[in-house]
Amino acid sequence: MENTYLAFPFAGLALLFVRRTLDTATRLPDWDRALKKYWAVGGVTLGISIATSTDIAELFWAVAFAAIGLLIWLERSYRPARTLLLALAPFVVIYLFSKLIRWVLPAFHETYDDYFSSAGAFAMLWIIVFFFIANRQKKDLIKLQQERDQEREVEASLRRIEAEQRRRIEEKKQELEYLVAERTTEITRQKDELEQTLVELKDTQSQLIQSEKMASLGELTAGIAHEIQNPLNFVNNFSEVSVELLDELAEEQHKPNRDLELEAELLADLRQNLQKISQHGGRASSIVRGMLQHSRASTGQREPTDLNALSDEYLRLAYHGLRAKDKTFNAQFSTDLDPDLGMVTVVSQDMGRVLLNLITNAFYAVRQRQKEESVTGEMAYQPTVRVQTRCQNGRAEIRVIDNGTGIPESAMGKIFQPFFTTKPTGEGTGLGLSMAYDIVTKGHNGTLSAESQEGEGTTFVITLPA
Amino acid sequence: MKILVVDDEIDVKDLFQQRFRREIRSGEFELAFANSGEEALTYLTSRPLEVVLILSDINMPGMSGFELLRHIRSEFNAPPPPVVMMITAYGDAQSEQQATELGANDFLTKPLDFTLLKNKLRHIM
Repeated sequence: MENTYLAFPFAGLALLFVRRTLDTATRLPDWDRALKKYWAVGGVTLGISIATSTDIAELFWAVAFAAIGLLIWLERSYRPARTLLLALAPFVVIYLFSKLIRWVLPAFHETYDDYFSSAGAFAMLWIIVFFFIANRQKKDLIKLQQERDQEREVEASLRRIEAEQRRRIEEKKQELEYLVAERTTEITRQKDELEQTLVELKDTQSQLIQSEKMASLGELTAGIAHEIQNPLNFVNNFSEVSVELLDELAEEQHKPNRDLELEAELLADLRQNLQKISQHGGRASSIVRGMLQHSRASTGQREPTDLNALSDEYLRLAYHGLRAKDKTFNAQFSTDLDPDLGMVTVVSQDMGRVLLNLITNAFYAVRQRQKEESVTGEMAYQPTVRVQTRCQNGRAEIRVIDNGTGIPESAMGKIFQPFFTTKPTGEGTGLGLSMAYDIVTKGHNGTLSAESQEGEGTTFVITLPA
Repeated sequence: MKILVVDDEIDVKDLFQQRFRREIRSGEFELAFANSGEEALTYLTSRPLEVVLILSDINMPGMSGFELLRHIRSEFNAPPPPVVMMITAYGDAQSEQQATELGANDFLTKPLDFTLLKNKLRHIM
């Protein structure tokens, strides 16, 4: 019976030891819960065995060995389980062997009982040693586990930091992308604005060109009025005279002795007058046509042009234009035209604009000088503007020569620049000469240059490929 | 009476000849023509004392009417000095004053009123 008393706690302790060593509470929770019931179930069994005086020590050991064996089997990959197997194996083997011997050869067992006892003691000692080893192993394992946990924690925190950094980078990236988008919008807006401004500037430029044309047309109007008045006077006069002639003719026809010779002469005169009327009418319309052409946008059509006639026409127009605006102004103007010049292919409208501009400038310069000289009491000054044409080395050359104020050396380099003007604000656009320059050089492959002596006069020279 | 008409417009000749056809036929007026100041001076030089009256345009290329007037008053002013009438398209006071200062007898504006001109001419005779 004493075997039963001892077997019950020892088997329980062995189970407890195995459970702790193998950490069944976390590793095999279902089994652990079942094994916990050992004490209660075992206690009841022990009570029954005491009451019935049956020796059931073997049962406790059988249960313990079976449970331990099963646990070790289930946890065979866990290192403490193998240690445990090694710890418990000698005891189990010796125990089973001694039981077997006692059952098979009881006499032999009796004889060598001491050996079996000491072997059992040795196996117990073995177990105790392994208990410490297993404990140490377990501690190492826990330590290792802790280290791993720490490592994992470190790794996790590293990952967290990494994630945080990624998040920040992502945020920064989004921020930057937002900024870029914002800047792009801004730049696009500015680009649109600039394009808009460019369009406006181009509009303004064409308006300026148009207003320059209109300004020169204004200069022309008075000249044109004068130039039209002359042929109109002839038209009026010749038609009036013709009426007189008709009266005389009718009178003659009613005479009893008609002077047929006189009648014929009257008729011839009438015919001639009608021709003159139509001729001067035509002259007036051609001037109007020229005026319309000047104000209209250039067709850019090059055509053979009589530069002599063009020069003469614009010289007169410019002079009379200025004359009509300023009645006190008087100037000599003359032409010196090369009859050999022939027809030169130019955009006559544009070239007319150039000539008008140069000639108007010339008259402006002589008028300025006249004003200055009249202030100083100098009366000998005779304002003169001349237009000269020549045909030289296969090139047509037109010179506009004045004896006006001249251009100061300092302004000479700027005269062809747009918006450069020496005239008071509102009087000149500063576009005349620059447009003239463009028309001659870019439009006609020609050259436009100026020679000037301050206080002596200026000569502008146009050369054109004939 | 011999009248010299100076104008750069060639048709002025035909016009005057027709406007004054009765007077010319009756021998009342005799007309001569020049197309420029220079031509007028040549004419005057070749026939001094013949011309009684000169009608001159002011605005002419080359020698202007004023220039011609100055020449007439300095070189062809032998008594009786010729009567000079200046004609211009610009009827401004300044030109008239200048013409008077240079010794013009009258100042007419274009378009010419031939009735008025005839009256003036008859008055001079």
